[in-house]
Amino acid sequence: MEVGITHYLVVSAILLVLGVFGIFLNRKNVIVILMSIELILLAVNLNFVAFSAALNDLAGQIMAMFVLTVAAAEAAIGLAIVVVYFRNRGSIQVEDVTLMKG
Amino acid sequence: MALQAIAFYLMAAVTLGSGLAVVSARNPVHSVLFLIAAFFSAAGLFVLLGAEFLAMLLVVVYVGAVAVLFLFVVMMLDVDFAELRGGFQRYLPVGLTVGALLLIELLLVLGGWKLAPEAAVLKLSSTPGNVSNTAAIGRLLYTDYIFLFQAAGLILLVAMIGAIVLTLRDRKTSRHQVIRVQNERAVADTLLMVDAGLGAGIKTLGIYRPLVETPPQGRDPVAATELGERRS
Repeated sequence: MEVGITHYLVVSAILLVLGVFGIFLNRKNVIVILMSIELILLAVNLNFVAFSAALNDLAGQIMAMFVLTVAAAEAAIGLAIVVVYFRNRGSIQVEDVTLMKG
Repeated sequence: MALQAIAFYLMAAVTLGSGLAVVSARNPVHSVLFLIAAFFSAAGLFVLLGAEFLAMLLVVVYVGAVAVLFLFVVMMLDVDFAELRGGFQRYLPVGLTVGALLLIELLLVLGGWKLAPEAAVLKLSSTPGNVSNTAAIGRLLYTDYIFLFQAAGLILLVAMIGAIVLTLRDRKTSRHQVIRVQNERAVADTLLMVDAGLGAGIKTLGIYRPLVETPPQGRDPVAATELGERRS
């Protein structure tokens, strides 16, 4: 069976669902939530590249590159916040983050 | 073509398996390692799609930087991760429900999806056939998308500054430069001009040089002379 764009889209959809599932499953652990967000962004990238290849349009790959940039920046800032939070409170439980009563 | 299909299914299976392991591993260090595996095999999928440059970028940026950052943070924080897994069973049903709903919706969309007939003429920037993927991306990135490229650089700069500002800790024991004190220093506070009389030794004026260390005696004479030469 020939591997077409639909195959890639299905893989990407499953990966995205896995990321969302991970956010629900690890409600207490911020680090795993950040990793789940990385998985979701990877699924988005896979979608971009699959459509770029299917349509012979390079703009999709450029967009995937910018998604990669933003994902890296987001991971760096998120982990910095986790480190500062751990330093101040001694825990990284999401449920403890009620300082601002959000 | 069969080889391509085998490679696709293998790498898709590794990607999805590693993705599942990321969200369900007991130890976060294992999660990070599975994340690296997922990104590696996703890079393989990118190669299959003909996006070689992006595949290498994925390996360099994610495996080389982001995953190592995650690994550092997981190992640096002294967290009781067993306690963090507490509500695993409690959150499993709602997670499964939402995930299944989302997956069904996405698959329904994929089932009824087809390319618009005019998609072929609506290209933003079609792939040139005669150059490699990297050269084509470079030509496009530095011309049509130069402002986006600069904005991406700005985002990375802001992220870098933000991460440093957030995590830089001001220790009580660290010694800082006080620029005000430095600027207020006058010459007269620190420098004493002494008018040395002709023929008067330095000693008589009450100024002493620091003692010059004598080279150790009775050792290797060659080393001693070398030391003496360097001193003079």
